[in-house]
Amino acid sequence: MKIAVCIKRVADSETRVKVAADGKSLDDAGVKFILNPYDEFAVEEALQRKEKAGSGEVVVLALGGATSQETIRTALAMGADRGVLLQTDAIPADGFVTAQAITAELKAGGPWDLVLFGKMAIDDYNSQVGPMVAELLDLPCVTAVSHLTIEGGTATAEREIEGAVEVVQCQVPAVITTDKGINEPRYPALKGIMAAKKKPLEVKPVSLGGGAIEVLGMVPPAARKEGRIVGEGAAAVPELVKLLREEAKVL
Amino acid sequence: MTTVLAVCEQRDGALRKVSSEVVTGARRIADALGAEVEALVLGSGPATGADQLGGFGADRVVTLTGDGFGTYAPEGYAKAVADRAKGGQAVAAAVVCAASAQGRDLAPRIAARLGTGLAADVTDVTVEGGALIAIRPVYAGKALLKVKLTGKPAVLSLRPNVFTPVQRPKAGTASTVAANAPAGRVTVKEIKAAEAGALDVAEAPIVISGGRGLKEPANFKILEDLAHAFGGRAAVGASRAVVDAGWRPHADQVGQTGKTVSPTLYVAVGISGAIQHLAGMRTSKVIVAINKDKDAPIFKVADYGVVGDLFEIVPALTAAVKSHA
Repeated sequence: MKIAVCIKRVADSETRVKVAADGKSLDDAGVKFILNPYDEFAVEEALQRKEKAGSGEVVVLALGGATSQETIRTALAMGADRGVLLQTDAIPADGFVTAQAITAELKAGGPWDLVLFGKMAIDDYNSQVGPMVAELLDLPCVTAVSHLTIEGGTATAEREIEGAVEVVQCQVPAVITTDKGINEPRYPALKGIMAAKKKPLEVKPVSLGGGAIEVLGMVPPAARKEGRIVGEGAAAVPELVKLLREEAKVL
Repeated sequence: MTTVLAVCEQRDGALRKVSSEVVTGARRIADALGAEVEALVLGSGPATGADQLGGFGADRVVTLTGDGFGTYAPEGYAKAVADRAKGGQAVAAAVVCAASAQGRDLAPRIAARLGTGLAADVTDVTVEGGALIAIRPVYAGKALLKVKLTGKPAVLSLRPNVFTPVQRPKAGTASTVAANAPAGRVTVKEIKAAEAGALDVAEAPIVISGGRGLKEPANFKILEDLAHAFGGRAAVGASRAVVDAGWRPHADQVGQTGKTVSPTLYVAVGISGAIQHLAGMRTSKVIVAINKDKDAPIFKVADYGVVGDLFEIVPALTAAVKSHA
């Protein structure tokens, strides 16, 4: 069982967002960075599949700056076997550029029994690199999987759609992107953290093209119009209903 | 004349509401570019409701059919749309999808097949100097990214419930074309529907969400009663805390690790308003917060707040809504 897990270093969602001097990106001074939470599900899924198979290799792959090595070490501390960093100055705004770079590395390092991604990164909300890589590798792909079984070369996956759950099948090897619910990611134990320091982590500088998405600027969202406290307790309900009807016009 | 493709969505042979939003967004782009809107419906045959798309500004409605296209066929749909985008007299100017569960899966595949990028989960789009400029929320909605789409075609997906459908009647001529695309290797075996008639939080025009303040799972009954009082237009959502506690299913979770919603009215009941929750609902049109703690962060984003005991306030609100219905 040889599994690739593609991960990303992201700003923690608790972070206060300040726009950098370039007016286009996050000012990362004082920002806490973490392994993208959806990628934790992917790492955990890979580890469980390898453990179930009894043998194999889990390789984590990240694209990003030198600091992404820390993030790879986190996945290694969870139990992944080795890491590869495609080192770039900046993560491209165009997910297709990222997908092409990851595809090239996966092709060189493959073949894989399974390629896993988180369903999206919590910083850019792109939710696209996984299925793009699948198209480029010409592998079947199921996205946003909240339950997965693999038996006899057939993957059966559940994904939440509006008001229902879709049960999807494909053959493996496949690309799967993971959603909450698929498993409970483990915390790295001290022993794992120590072991991770000695695990192989290969750094490969890559240079990327521009792509088709050009960032013009990043701004804070327009502040919501100042709200108001209508009142206290059930006594405020008639006034609330009146405002919803006459002022907000939503009833 | 160049074309803007609007990729519509059907389930069980009926067009989904988000399709009218996609056509509305595509019409806006097409008007600015002097282009036509071609609404694409993928299925085993014409979908119920497709004849309405002319009303929202589709010049043409084209049903692309194929074996196994009755349910979502990710690879077949992606090939059929990508072929259509490059297969006309000229490459389409833009391909517009919904950032729905299906669109989030489909749009990246279409973009990859066209060898270009995707602006996902777009909340606004304009055309400046012939180029598409899109706004998309990032960092849990704490910032907006303004991006220029330079791809040919430009591929984008629109956040559901943001592009209010606008009546812009066009010819809406209908045709059916057999797509030269096999369904592909990924097949939908079953759709396990939730309770019949239940609205999904991501699509409901009104969402009533509950958090820890409800104290125990059975108390969500009072939120369901309020939802029912709105007569089938409301869905009940939940905060991460109560989903993690097993009180409510993950499908109902609103927030960063759940669903992003933009209803007309969002009522947060007993929810403090952690940033992860706000990420999922801050683009709602009107927000009402009911919480006993007047300092709860939810009141900072709420248009209207009521401080106090939710077990008194919510039933009173339910009664008031019923009496006005």
